[in-house]
Parts: sequence; C-alpha cells; structure tokens
Amino acid sequence: MGQIGSIQLCDSRAKEIKKRLAERCTTKHLMKKYKLLDHTADVRVEVWGKTRKELFANAVAAMFDVMIDIADDEKTKSAEVKTVKIAGNDLEDTLINFLREALYLFNGQGWQVRCCEPLEITGRSIIARLQGEPYNRQKNPLKAEIKAVTYHGLNIKKSKNGWQAKVVFDV
Amino acid sequence: MITNWCKLERIDENRLLLPQTGGMRVPGIIYANEKIHQLLQGDESTKQVANVAHLPGIVNYSLAMPDVHWGYGFPIGGVAAFDLEEGIVSPGGVGYDINCGCRLLATNLTLADIGDRLGNLTTALYQQIPSGVGSTGAVKLSGKDQKKVLEDGARWAVKAGFGTMADLETTEDGGAMEGADPEQVSARALERGKQQLGTLGSGNHFLEIEVVEEIFDETAARVFGLTKGQINIMIHSGSRGLGYQICDDYLALMVKHSQKTGIELPDRQLACSYIDSPRGRNYLAAMACGANYAWANRQVLMHQTQQVLEESLHLSPRELGLRLVYDVCHNIAKIETFNIQGKMKKLCVHRKGATRAFPAGHDDVPTQYRSVGQPVLIPGDMGSGSFVLVGQEKAMQETFGSACHGAGRLMSRTQATKVSQGRSIARELADQGILVMAASKGTLREEMPEAYKNVNDVVQVMHEAGIATKVAKLKTLACIKG
Repeated sequence: MGQIGSIQLCDSRAKEIKKRLAERCTTKHLMKKYKLLDHTADVRVEVWGKTRKELFANAVAAMFDVMIDIADDEKTKSAEVKTVKIAGNDLEDTLINFLREALYLFNGQGWQVRCCEPLEITGRSIIARLQGEPYNRQKNPLKAEIKAVTYHGLNIKKSKNGWQAKVVFDV
Repeated sequence: MITNWCKLERIDENRLLLPQTGGMRVPGIIYANEKIHQLLQGDESTKQVANVAHLPGIVNYSLAMPDVHWGYGFPIGGVAAFDLEEGIVSPGGVGYDINCGCRLLATNLTLADIGDRLGNLTTALYQQIPSGVGSTGAVKLSGKDQKKVLEDGARWAVKAGFGTMADLETTEDGGAMEGADPEQVSARALERGKQQLGTLGSGNHFLEIEVVEEIFDETAARVFGLTKGQINIMIHSGSRGLGYQICDDYLALMVKHSQKTGIELPDRQLACSYIDSPRGRNYLAAMACGANYAWANRQVLMHQTQQVLEESLHLSPRELGLRLVYDVCHNIAKIETFNIQGKMKKLCVHRKGATRAFPAGHDDVPTQYRSVGQPVLIPGDMGSGSFVLVGQEKAMQETFGSACHGAGRLMSRTQATKVSQGRSIARELADQGILVMAASKGTLREEMPEAYKNVNDVVQVMHEAGIATKVAKLKTLACIKG
C-alpha cells in the first residue's frame, strides 16, 4: 500500500502547480475520457489515455465522476495538494491500488480529488500529485457511493492509439 | 460470456451438479429447481462456483444456495469449507461487508394496534435512524471504546446501555466472535468505523415494519414467539465502512503476496492465504473485529428502533414487548465442526451471502430454540416480504450448516435503473400497500422488486431439499432505506 504525505511547496512553485492543475481540471475535458459499459457488474468503466500517465489520471477522474455530480460551471479553488506513491505487482495491480488510495481519501477522509497529475510511472509504481478539497455535499451532490475498487474483469491494453483500461467498481 | 452453465447435471429436483473438470479440486453443487436453473443461464455465478473449487484444501464441494448470483470472486450465495491445515481463507469468500446480516424483532402489537399511525411511525423511524450514503451515527466512539466494540461486539453495546443481556442469547455467537484482535485492523479501517456505529447504510440495507402473514410450522413459530398478525421489525445492515476497509486491506495484501504463496488463482479477486499462516490468522482476527462491529451496530440500531416505537406509539416497554427473535450473519468465515466421512473435523466455512442454519440439538443454537433449531432469517425484496426458516439436520450433512440469505439479485443495479426509467417505484409499492421511504430515488430503482428473484421460489428449494424449512412468512408494511 502507498503512503500519503502532503507536500510543502514554496509559494511560487505552488502557484505554478495549482495553475497547471486548474487548467487540466475542467469536468468536460475529463468526461470524454471514459464510458460506462453495460455489464452484469455494478459499475464498469472503460478508460482511455494517450499515455499510461493520462490513463491513470483519467481513471481517477472517471471514478469521481461516477460518484459525484460536479456542477458544470464550478471552478475549483482547491488549495490542497497531496502526493501519493503507490506500488503494485504489475501495471494492473498498480492501477487498482492507485484508485483504492484515491477512494480512501474520499471515503475515509472526506477529501474530494479534483485533479490528478501523475509525475512518474513505471510498470509497477506511480507517483502522482492530487489536488483536491474537503468534500462539500451541498455543492456537489453524491450520485453513487463507490464502496470498493475490484479486480473483477480488470484489464489494461495498449493499442496504437494509446492505452485502455476496464475497471469494475463495487457500488 | 464464458459460463459453465451447460455443464450442469441434475442430481435431483433441487440440486445441480457441476462436475469436477480442469483444475477443480472438488465438484460443485448448486441448489436450484428447474425454474432457478434457467435463471442461472448467462450469469457468471456458475463459473465462479467452479473457480472456488480450485482453491487449496476445499472439502467435499463448492456449494451455491438457490439465491446464487454473480459476485466478486466468490459468487454471492456461495458456501465453501476448507481444511484448517491445508486450506485457505479468502476475504473475497466473506465479502466486503463483513457480517452483513439480519435481525428480527418481535413485538406485542398487531396491525390493529398500529392502525393509521403507520405513516407517522415510518417517518419517525426514517428521521431518527441514520441511513443513506455517508450517514453518521449518534454514537461517537473514542479510540478505547472502539477497541472494545471490536473485541466485544454486541456485548459492548449492551454494557453501554443499548439493549439487554437477553438480546445476546438470541444473537449468533452471542454477538461477539472469538479471536478478534484490533491490532490486526488498519488505522484506515478504524477511522472509517468511528462515526458509523448505529447507521443502517445504503444499497440493499433496510429497516422494515412487517406483519406475520402466514405460519407454516406451528411448533417452531411458537418456540420463536411468532404469531399470525404480529407486527415485527426486520433490520438488515452490516459493518459499514470498517468492514469494507478490512476486506480491501487484506485483499490488497494477499494479492501482493500471491506469488509467494504459490496458489494459482483463476481470478485475482479470489486472493487468499493459508489458514495456518500468519497472514491467514491475521485476517481472521481482523474479520472477527469487523463481525463484532456489525453486531454492535445492529444492537444499537435495535435500541434506537425501540425508542422510536415507544415514543411514536406512546407505549411503555412492557406494552411494546420488543424482543430479539434472532440475529444472524450472512457474510462470514467461521471455524465449525462437521462430520466428514465419519470423523468430526474442524473446518473454516466461508458463507458469502449464506446463512447459518443449524438444526435442533446443536450446541450453538440458543437454549430456548434448541428443541426446534436455529431461526434462519431470509429477507426478500421490498415487495415480497421475508421468511423465517428453521435449520435442519440435512444442512449439517450437505451444506456445512448453511442456507440461502435472500432472494438473490436477478438484474444488476445498472440494469434495474434502466428498466425502471419513467416509473415511480415508491408509487408502485404504495399501490401494493407498502410504504417506502428512501434517502435516494436511485436506491429504490436499484432495489425494485423485479431486480430480484422470487423469494418464494428460493425458499421453496431450501424447504423441499430439507436444508431449512419454512416457519413463517412476513409481509412488508413499511420500509426505510438509505
């Protein structure tokens, strides 16, 4: 399992990161990167990304989009940044552990991930910077409760256009 | 979709055999009549019964009850027993919601006593019993108290003033599973458990006001204190976020070490450890904590229900006469003794969506019920009501003392949501005289009666197979959900 640690940044560096993350964090941008699949499972998503980093970032975005009704026009003012370092037996396992970590932040700490920026990725590990804020249910109603990220029907494929993953969430 | 459905062979009217093939160590047996057999087509659960049969140390058969349906790794409705020396324990064989279970409360009231106050009563229950996603309970636990909850379960709750000692006598395991060690529970799981004691949860969890509609077995009904026309309360809940986190933590850990143990898994979700290994023992000790949390949770929920009933109906405790008929878990792994080819053997029985169903005379059946057997509580969908069954000797011979746990899903939640578009499930149920209050309309859609198998068919298979026989049928009057 990974470790979580909020990182301390100097002001100018922090501003730059926040600006960069905010640019990536529009809901519409994220919504095109995954689709819900019709499956006997509770919620199965297919996620894409040009790179592994993008795939992992989009998977986190998909998970939060399944859970939370994020107001279209809402601009995030998220101030908090957390860095997570996650390992797994292989890329698939790493993805599940990574999503688990993000889900724990929400289910265990009431922290909504607004944006995910993977910094380093290998076949067995990822370091990512997550930007988020304490979850405000009044502003962003809960659509579905994801209780767990499962290994069921899990696969990650590489094609000429990039990467694709299928993940089942227990709701 | 690959299924093993076409391989099923009929043994008798109520059982199907899944022959041992490939890497299966034992054959599978599914309890199903022809009607249920047809429903299994296209469902992945038959394949999952076969997958479970691959696991080391499995004894006799990989079993499935008639409410079997697709689950993560192990099918829901699955029962599998493992040898303590050569066998494994699997968090996926217990399920995420450790000790998800049912608690049936009887009252002195009849329908006439409630009369036109049903609406008010339901509203009061809905308002005062926390339910729904992210709900928090009235009981806030300090670290020290939480440790006691994990060790002592419902016993802690009774000591803290939630209920009476008599409640413990009619709770499976006396409401506290042995071997619980809070040291084996992660900080994350503890954190998630702090605020959720005394909450119902969401999804298929519920609290129902029910009326005893039909008695099938007069003797057992009398012993259980059930009479026709009596108002009862059924509570279905579990160990909330704490149980989920325990399952997930150990699942991740067992997947991480899966190569070292050398156990070949057809599905990662079946990740397991040998029972006789530090990791296996640690999981069982953590799982017992989850189970105890769930028993404490249902004990607190019962106490809250009692308060609402007394206040709302202006009754004294004596007039209300609320008492616990039984509390039974249906997601658990337990060390129990069975006769295996003439020898009494301790086994680790996984029941994932299956209820213990011990017969008359068994030491683990409460003294007052020992002449007839253990009550088996089977909640149906919102429209069909619930059943009370009683465990039979045949369960000890065939199913490691287990029976079904509910109607069993027929449609996925996504399918149910689609099918119910444009309909008001609450209105449809109201037309049948069933009042429903739910925090989320989405939950009602996902939980609509059509999403489930017919509970009458499921129970009939258990009854005819002689595993657990029918005692009473309860009709739902009102239901509160998350």
